[in-house]
Amino acid sequence: MIALIDYGAGNLTSVKKALATIGADVFVPTTPEDLTRASGVIVPGVGHFDATRAIDAGWTAAILERLGEGRPLFGICLGMQWLFEGSDEAPDCPGLGVLGGRCYRLSPGERGPGNLKVPHVGWNALHLTNSASIIEAVPRGAQVYFTHSYVAPITGDTVAETEHGERFASIVQRGQVAGVQFHPEKSGEVGLTILRNFIEVAR
Amino acid sequence: MGVVLSKRIIACLDVRDGQVVKGINFEGLKNAGDPAELARRYNRELIDELVILDVTATLERRRALADTIRAVARELFIPLTVGGGIRTEADAAAAVEAGADKVSLNTAAVSNPPLITTLAGRYGSQAVIVAIDAKRAPDTRRGGEHYSVYVRSGQTGADLDAVEWAREAEARGAGEILLTSIDRDGTKVGFDCEMTAAVSRAVSIPVIASGGAGTLEHFVHVFTTGQADAALAASIFHYAETSVLSLKEHLRAHGIPVRI
Repeated sequence: MIALIDYGAGNLTSVKKALATIGADVFVPTTPEDLTRASGVIVPGVGHFDATRAIDAGWTAAILERLGEGRPLFGICLGMQWLFEGSDEAPDCPGLGVLGGRCYRLSPGERGPGNLKVPHVGWNALHLTNSASIIEAVPRGAQVYFTHSYVAPITGDTVAETEHGERFASIVQRGQVAGVQFHPEKSGEVGLTILRNFIEVAR
Repeated sequence: MGVVLSKRIIACLDVRDGQVVKGINFEGLKNAGDPAELARRYNRELIDELVILDVTATLERRRALADTIRAVARELFIPLTVGGGIRTEADAAAAVEAGADKVSLNTAAVSNPPLITTLAGRYGSQAVIVAIDAKRAPDTRRGGEHYSVYVRSGQTGADLDAVEWAREAEARGAGEILLTSIDRDGTKVGFDCEMTAAVSRAVSIPVIASGGAGTLEHFVHVFTTGQADAALAASIFHYAETSVLSLKEHLRAHGIPVRI
């Protein structure tokens, strides 16, 4: 059973539907104790980094405990950013910190061509830079659907990069921890492939 | 391999009584088929997003709309926007519950601007599109011509300037602007590129251009001179005059980044 964490940041309908389509057994835990039933944990979410405060100490401990037992953890969009140490979007709100680095705001006007917009909304390409189980069978140059203004830094855990004025980490994986900046549930077949890759390791 | 954000092609399904319809200049609707079937075809042709617009939007038909949303959302894994008759937070919640990723506000955004902020707070700005229907009109305040906003399916003047209203919508939390030229809607003479560029320059959120698509060249224009981030069309796709894929190939040949 895959636990889908609902901390009030956005709507989970699409994620649930995509997971059901690929045959995953999903539940939304109501207390941290429910996570003992989880073979894997997904932290979805869109919106402001401050919303991750709702994943309080009890939830954080339960998520880390599952991870410590070798159960995989997957972050989507804001959920992926939360895996890092924090974000400039809410400087006093710590992330989970299982990945090194801080998230920061895209500023393509300063660093890239001047006519690029933020938020970065739409389909953009994945540049696969490393091999990892989460990107198994993902075709080179595949495009996926993004909608965000903040990004995670490129580090040794980055397995795919995307460019919007500057390059940022669009897929990360470190051991049993993985995350995607885009929305796999809204990214057609490529997105479903990535969700399947997570489900495979969470059996 | 694309190295920049693709320009999006969005198909709009104007739905009435569970069927896709399309009119000219917002009037004279004719039947264009089953929404789920059209959605399936567009998905095969690599459409980037879908918009379902409820063009009847009466209370008793809201349930039929939810069924349509569910039928379309069931098998599609691309962004789905629902608009038409969303007046309250509860209307938006019903659309989201049925499977919409974004809701599009038009009349309600003008009559009740705090609704933009409320919905952005609840679902995130990325889920809130403010749709602006505008036409060229004499600018009574400053002279010359401007783009005048209309509500209630283009029936009622809102006494707003489209560029100023887009800026305000962004400030209130809108994540995208869907800008429709009433003058061009259904005419197939091309997008109003001047209006699109004026609004696109005024905001930092994406602008979706709508109204007037008739040829492949029209899309090239709206992405270049019109500075649009996305283009929305209905009839050009519905009657299979143009496949989405052939449009994208044409755009790519003209140096415009697309998802193929």
